[in-house]
Amino acid sequence: MSDKQAFVRTTVSASASPDEQTLTSAVETRSLNVFYGSFRAVKDVDLTVYDNEITALIGSSGCGKSTLLRSFNRMNDLVAGARVDGEVLYHDRNIYDSDVDPVEVRRRIGMVFQKPNPFPKSIYDNVAWGAKVNGYRGNVDALVEEALGQAALWDEVKDKLDQSGYSLSGGQQQRLCIARTIAVKPEIILMDEPTSALDPVATLRIEELIQELKTKYTIVIVTHNMQQAARASDFTAFLNMDEDRAGRVVEFGKTGDIFTRPEHEETENYITGRFG
Amino acid sequence: MNPSAAATVEAIDLTRKPRPLEVLVQGSMFLAGMISILTTIGIVFVLGREALLFFQTDEVTLGEFFGSTTWEPQILEFGIWPLVRSTMMVSLIAVLVAVPLGLATAIYLSEYASERARGILKPILEVLAGIPTVVYGYFALTFMTPMLRSIFGVSIVEIFNVASAGIVVGILIIPLVSSMSEDALHAVPLSLREAAYGLGATKLEVSLRIVLPAALSGVTAAFVVSVSRAIGETMVVAIAAGASPRNWNLGKDGVLTTILNPFISGETMTGHIVRISGGDLSYNSIDYNSVFAIGLMLFLMTLGLNLLSRRFVARFREVYE
Repeated sequence: MSDKQAFVRTTVSASASPDEQTLTSAVETRSLNVFYGSFRAVKDVDLTVYDNEITALIGSSGCGKSTLLRSFNRMNDLVAGARVDGEVLYHDRNIYDSDVDPVEVRRRIGMVFQKPNPFPKSIYDNVAWGAKVNGYRGNVDALVEEALGQAALWDEVKDKLDQSGYSLSGGQQQRLCIARTIAVKPEIILMDEPTSALDPVATLRIEELIQELKTKYTIVIVTHNMQQAARASDFTAFLNMDEDRAGRVVEFGKTGDIFTRPEHEETENYITGRFG
Repeated sequence: MNPSAAATVEAIDLTRKPRPLEVLVQGSMFLAGMISILTTIGIVFVLGREALLFFQTDEVTLGEFFGSTTWEPQILEFGIWPLVRSTMMVSLIAVLVAVPLGLATAIYLSEYASERARGILKPILEVLAGIPTVVYGYFALTFMTPMLRSIFGVSIVEIFNVASAGIVVGILIIPLVSSMSEDALHAVPLSLREAAYGLGATKLEVSLRIVLPAALSGVTAAFVVSVSRAIGETMVVAIAAGASPRNWNLGKDGVLTTILNPFISGETMTGHIVRISGGDLSYNSIDYNSVFAIGLMLFLMTLGLNLLSRRFVARFREVYE
């Protein structure tokens, strides 16, 4: 564990340029293990996600990327039999402490899912709903316009806000889901393979959007598309499965370093496509 | 074109082949569907024909049937409202009992209950659904009625009363409401719940504001089926609600003290049908034909309810993919 942390620090400071000195941690895991029943899906993860940076989690199918991501906002609580061991630090609190309210955590750490999942409500209500349940007191119309604007969807939907979210195309639906998440004004947005159900054009739009969102939010994105990780992220963590099928972070560092000079052979094999 | 290349193309047979089994199975499935349609048509036809005979007699007119509030076949008074009143009261009370309890049970089972709690509660509900209605009838008469009388006073609650029958019919249809509603709630995709939780919604907000609206059409179907069941329920009302029509006079009798008073007796439409057809009812007598007029009225009431609920669902339904 201490080895890996030391490694993380060196990776960051080794290539430190003036603005990178200001990196602050948004979420940090300490010896995080996630179990489904007796099966350990994620093993001893020590990972730091930095503020206002895009962190990509890459790795082959079933290596625990999504499980790790979902442990950042206690989404695994919803899975029967899921159990977490270790710590996930957010604002100096372990979010798995017994007195932490998962509802408060999820309000600040939002999530966008693999398959677009708008609510069966109007486009307007899709965006307004989350803010309303969180007791938003301001001008809802303005909030909806702002969120849809930030999600680069406003111009396409401004004349049909009362239509169902399902009337949109897949890519638009996913941007609607992003707008809905933004409207709650979270600090961190978790994205679980947000483009895997979309065509290449829609994928590109989402990637551009993610770049724009970076200035306001911290983003963690799970992807099985290595080009996407290389194109769209600042930091990359490579996960791989051990013999016991538990996912483990093999290497974490700046995306440029991971893709051009990985330190581990496993990482290099995966990135160059020689994955066994 | 090269003739030798053409020769190498193997001749394959693409002509349509007879598949008798396909045709047979398709035909029998169609027949199975037709049987229930034909049965319905047949029932409506018989109801309509006999009811027509009833209205063709000199003793009764459509105006009297819908205009009078006295049902007394002995003196040839055939006003449907006393019977409708009891049926509506029993159904209303049953729905007031069954919908909140059944829906709460369904939401609990679908959204809150642990596997253990589900494993205990569901079989118990199924047992409740399997109790014969005659047992419920005596449960109403020997348990619910004395309880109501001890709460509200023996001078207010009559021995036979629609409240007792209504509450027990409500209990009887709870399993129907809860199991149909739970199926509808359970069918709402997990992804919608996750989306809502991901926005910082609480369990109650997810259950009531995402899952329930998305399941509305199924929940409404549960409501309609259970109201129809309450309207048609016979045994409980025959035993506990009273065995004579409760006639009233509009204007003379108070609306709250008599007409809408749940603590007085009142024979329902179904209750009246079983009572008079249990005796020596001769074919083609006016009493005999009146049974079909009541039956047709019952049918029209449930049909109207169905149509209303369709409009309701079309208006408020949230369609998910």
